Parts: sequence; C-alpha cells; structure tokens
Amino acid sequence: MANVQAGVPPTEKALEAERAGARPRSDLSRQRLRSAWLFLAPMILVLTLVAGWPLVKTIWFSLTDASLSDLEGAKFVGLRNYYEYVDYGDGEGEYFGLLFDPQWWNAVWNTVYYSVISVTIETILGLAFALVLNAEFKGRSVVRAAVLIPWAIPTIVSAKMWAWMMNDQFGILNDMLMSIGILSSPVAWTADPDTAMWAVIIVDVWKTTPFMALLILAGLQMVPGDVYEAAKIDGIHPVKVFWKVTLPLIRPAILVAVIFRALDALRVFDLIYVLTPNNTQTKSMSVFAQENLFQFDKFAYGSAASTLLFLVIAFITLFYIKVARLDLGGRGK
Amino acid sequence: MPYVVKRTGFYALVVFIVLFSVFPFYYAILTSLKSGTALFRVNYLPVDFSLANYTSVLTNGVFPTNILNSVIVAVVVVAISLFLAVTAAYALSRINFAGRGLLLLTILAVSMFPQIAVLAGLFEMVRAAGVYNTLFSLIFAYMIFTLPFTVWVLTTFMRDLPVEIEEAAIVDGASPFTIVMRVFLPLMWPALVTTGLLAFIAAWNEFLFALTFVSNNSTRTVPVAIALLSGASEQEIPWGTIMAASVIVTVPLIVLVLIFQRKIISGLTAGGVKG
Repeated sequence: MANVQAGVPPTEKALEAERAGARPRSDLSRQRLRSAWLFLAPMILVLTLVAGWPLVKTIWFSLTDASLSDLEGAKFVGLRNYYEYVDYGDGEGEYFGLLFDPQWWNAVWNTVYYSVISVTIETILGLAFALVLNAEFKGRSVVRAAVLIPWAIPTIVSAKMWAWMMNDQFGILNDMLMSIGILSSPVAWTADPDTAMWAVIIVDVWKTTPFMALLILAGLQMVPGDVYEAAKIDGIHPVKVFWKVTLPLIRPAILVAVIFRALDALRVFDLIYVLTPNNTQTKSMSVFAQENLFQFDKFAYGSAASTLLFLVIAFITLFYIKVARLDLGGRGK
Repeated sequence: MPYVVKRTGFYALVVFIVLFSVFPFYYAILTSLKSGTALFRVNYLPVDFSLANYTSVLTNGVFPTNILNSVIVAVVVVAISLFLAVTAAYALSRINFAGRGLLLLTILAVSMFPQIAVLAGLFEMVRAAGVYNTLFSLIFAYMIFTLPFTVWVLTTFMRDLPVEIEEAAIVDGASPFTIVMRVFLPLMWPALVTTGLLAFIAAWNEFLFALTFVSNNSTRTVPVAIALLSGASEQEIPWGTIMAASVIVTVPLIVLVLIFQRKIISGLTAGGVKG
C-alpha cells in the first residue's frame, strides 16, 4: 500500500485531498487557497459595492424621511413609511403608510396577476414550441433561429413595435382581427382599462416564449431516445407517453425555467412603463416604486416599496425552491 | 389519422411558430420604410420603399451619439465582467475551499435581485461619486447583472474541463494566475464568446438604470432614447422614425444572434441551473 501511495505524484495527491475537502496540508494547497481568495476578491468587492451596499442603503432610506433633494439629511423615522397610526383623539384615527395604501396593493395585485397569467401561458406555449423543435424536420435550424428573434429584441423596442401594431386607428392587429371577424369595431388595446393588462401580457408572451421553449428544449434533448422506442414497441399511445414519460422527465427543466421567468415577471418595469404609461390597470410594483422615488419626490416611500418588493420576491423564491425541491446548490464535481 | 394530414398539421404548426416570432419585427421594418400618409394605411406586404425615416433619425438630433453611448457602455461592461469572471470562475470551479457553496449561492441570488431594490441606494452612490449623468454610472451599475451571470456560466464551463490539463502546469510550478492565462484562457474562447455576447445584449437592452442615472439627451443610451422619441405634440407620435430607430438598434443584435445561434442556446441553458 505504501508503495502505491508513493507512486502517486504529489500534485495529484494534493488535488485529490483538496477535492475531498480535506484540510490543506501541503504548501501547494495553501498557495492555491491563497490565490483562490485573491482571485475572488475583486469580484466580491464589485458585487458588494453594486448589490450588497445599495440594498442596505435602500432599506435604510425606507426607514427615514429622505427626499430626492435632501438624501444626506435623512433622519430615522422608524417604520412610519410602512405603517403609521395617526390618532385624531376621541377614539378616532387613521392608518397611513405603504401597508395601508390601496395604490400599493393595486400594484401588488397587478404584478401577481400579470406574472401568474403570463408565465402560465408562456410555459404551455413554450412546451408546445419545444416539442415541435425537438422533432426532426426539414428547415429545423431555420425555425430555431427565427424563434430567437423575439428574445434578442430589446424590451423597449418590442413595446414600441407592439404599441404601433395595437394602435387603435392604424394598428394592424385591429385590422387583422376585424377582417377575420373576431372584432366588430377597433379596440384601443393599450389605453382601454379592460384590455391594457392583456396588451402587456400579449407582448410579454411574444417576447419570452422563445426563451422558455429553448430551456425546455434543452431538457427534452436529455431524454434518452430508447425510452420512446420502448414505449412504441409496447404500443403505448403517444399522448400517454407524453404525460407518463416525457413530462416527468423534463419536469426539472420546466421548474427551473418557470422560476427564472417568474422572478423576471415579478420585477417587470420596462414593458409596462413604455407600453401603458400612467395606467393604474397595469402599474406594477417596480413602476410604483420608481414613480415614488423619482417622480413624486417621495424618496423614502419609494424605498419602502422597493424593500417590500425585494422581500416579496425573496419570500416567493425561497418558498418555490422549497416546494419544487430544486437543487440550486450548484454542487458538482 | 392518415400520414398526410398529420404531416400537414405539423407543418402548419411550424409555419405558425415562424410567423409568430418574425411577423412583428417584419412589420416594424415595413413601417420604417413608409413615409407621409402611407404610414396610416395598413399593408401586409411592402409597398413603399422610402429611407426618409432612416435619414431623419440619423441626421436630426442626437441618436447617433446615443448609439455610440450604448456601444461604449456595453463593450466596457463586457470586458470588465469577463476579466473579473474568468479568475473568479477558476477559483470557484477548480479550487476547493470552505464557503464555496455559500458563495456560489450568493452569486446566484444576486443575479436574481430585482433591480428596483438597489435603485435608491445606487442612485445615492452615483450622485455621491459625482458620476450622475455620465456613462460611468451605467458601466458600474450594469455589473449587478452581467457579473453574477458571467461568473456562473464560466464556473459551470470550467468545472467540466478535465483535471489533467492543469496537472502538468502545476508540476512545472506555474502560478495559479499563469495557469488561468496560459492553460484555461485558450480553451475558453467558445465560452467567453457566448457569455460575452449574452452580457452585451443584456447591457445593450437595459432600461431602468439608464433612465434613472442619466438625464442628459446626449448621454442617453438607445433604449431610453427610443422610449422618449416624441413628436411635436402628444397626438403626433412619430411612428415611422421610432420604427426606423428600432430597426437600427435591433438588426446588429439579430445578426449576432443568428451567427452565434448554437453558442447562445448552449449559454442560455448553462445559465439555467441544473435541476
């Protein structure tokens, strides 16, 4: 045994010990460990400066009376931006603050509604696209390329493109729907309170279904072909194969795609800001926060909204990871 | 079901997918080539061919400067994040140290940060550092989404490379920095191109920070410039010009995406974690 051990080159032993998670013993391991932290330091510093510190600052501002013109003079006011009871005397009083602001709850509702509906449609449509793209056919690579186009287009550009297509007087969407008889009169898609949210959802579905499809497609391509052959030999109906074999196998890929999309949807800003400006039917949490921060000069209040949004998203993420039992540890060899 | 019906149905679906994906952009190009009152007639096929909208957007105002700003910001952001990410990814993928898993998880968490959550704090930093209304503010702020993403993808890529490639260099006494630069970098070009391209697209398309940290017309990047293009009055939205500007900033992206199609798909799916 001792001879065999001696035959192993020292580097390999050190690397192995390292990989096994053993405490570094050799100089080499120690040197590598030192350089690891040296290599990581710049990245950690940048991320702290650009993410960690600003997050702490935002939370701090939410506990102050900061205004856009006077950030330095901000004074601590406790939770007043979130919750405040003003006593008028005689047992009468009123609640103020974000938690009692109907406009905030309207924004929360809009965001959740938008996220649930658009992510659901995108998942179903993305799955359908992925199944088509997974089949062998002539021109498949062309179709794959075409599918990437909506994803590559900047959100602002797609919002403008669709705003024009949805224009009430000159838009091609009304023209199409009227010529095939679905609509009898033109609809002001982005301005009408009844359709504004659907306008946003339509554009979002158009833009992000390809992304969904590609993530699911990657999952589909990992399903070994002999599974299908076995099912075919056993004479099982393709629909049953899909539900009983394909879907369970690509479930992890779908769950990951859904969480990524949902996190994106919950922080939606660009699309709503540009497609339906100043519309209470579509105002999202991010738009609400941005408006208060920079347009209404309620910096502290906007910070409170930003903080709550962060907490909501963090909570949903943790809950989802727990429920879906995702392995996000990134632990591999 | 007879084979022919099945096949036709399948191809109908394929045609639908292609039309669904391509039509809006096709229609934007079509609109951008119209001028005058032709704009207000709905056409499905090209009828006009006028470059008036393009000459107007490229000669009037500051749109060319906006394009230049976007190019500068995106290129610098990509360069800095790739440089920081390559060394960090080496440490995260090839060296085992205490707290590695936690660090990876933190990086992943930062990549999911809602931008609005750091907006107030970043705004204060940007103002305090005196870079408000300059491109530096955007270059700095964009690190929040390009850096975690590039680190994550490059770590996944480096982890899959075999141990043997490093061993010879270690035996020869090469320092870790030399190993990264001489051994890994030459092997990593495909991954660098992919992540660089994805980071470029993300920086090119960003809107919220660009809207908040820059208020000067000639310092703006293209997404904000397009969002704020307006006519003489509320009723006169210059759709032709907006579409021309949109086509100008989108065509380079689409060309890049089509050239690097395969690499992008692999990069996107590597960015998504393995479930």
